[in-house]
Amino acid sequence: MKKLYFFITGIAFGIVMIKSEAASWFRIFEMFNFQSFHMYGIIGSSIITGLIGNQIIKNFKIKDFNNNSIQYSNKENTFKRYIIGGSIFGLGWALVGACPGPMFVLFGAGFYSVLIIIISAVLGTFLYGVFKNKLPH
Amino acid sequence: MIMENILNPWPWYISGPLISMIMFLLIFNGKTFGVSSNLRTICSACGANKLSDFFDIKVKDHLWNLVFIFGASVGGYIGFNYLSKNTYVEISEDTKATLESYGIESFDSNYMPIELFALENLDLNNIMILVVGGLLIGFGTRYAGGCTSGHAITGLSQLQLGSLVSVIGFFIGGLIITHFLYPILF
Repeated sequence: MKKLYFFITGIAFGIVMIKSEAASWFRIFEMFNFQSFHMYGIIGSSIITGLIGNQIIKNFKIKDFNNNSIQYSNKENTFKRYIIGGSIFGLGWALVGACPGPMFVLFGAGFYSVLIIIISAVLGTFLYGVFKNKLPH
Repeated sequence: MIMENILNPWPWYISGPLISMIMFLLIFNGKTFGVSSNLRTICSACGANKLSDFFDIKVKDHLWNLVFIFGASVGGYIGFNYLSKNTYVEISEDTKATLESYGIESFDSNYMPIELFALENLDLNNIMILVVGGLLIGFGTRYAGGCTSGHAITGLSQLQLGSLVSVIGFFIGGLIITHFLYPILF
């Protein structure tokens, strides 16, 4: 039953990614060229509505569907891992025009060459896990 | 009328709030919205824990997220095949001009540039782009601890400083590729 919930939420996410065109390489290219407001509008309005929702949850101590209190964990207070890791991801994002969510969405939509990106991304995460302790964080 | 609106591309002010709604559907079930963690789970499921303790996680605890991205693939299939009238993307005229200068002209009728993604165009050059891009995505997201969903949407909507730094990083990397590598590459 729980699995079905996440499956359906995933379907909704996939549909939104396609219909918003956030999964399109063209939109990412356009975004990094600052030639349209579209992607900034999507990400911005998502953050703003998320911010309002999170504030309401915190202020009214709203419980989740299972009646548990909602926990927010703070990200680590470091700088290096975010700026270096973020920049490395940005290089990849712009190079193939897809971030991890859209990769899976596009594969489902029938763009099978994206499978090369998915497999390489799994390999990239594996390499990070292997070299993690040698990297500055 | 409603069906017409569904079949057309969705405007940003509809799509953005819907994405945060998906985040809340996960939060309200005790989970967080973050797609790139799945890459780590897949490594663990393939036995990577034997080579690095970074992959010593219980796959079972992250199964819900794999189910979520499986759903996302199915959603991609439904959205693309049954909920879209046109498959092309209405990018700006400036972008079209930039693309034409790079010899990419498939924007008139396609959701993705066929010059890069069509299976029959998968030459060594294109395969290299996809492989290197994938490696950078997988490496960078885990290094930074999140991608667009985990940092840009989840993190920024919680005013996390680390997420802001990460998103600045996303753009540093993205702008380098778009403005310095693309003119050479294409």
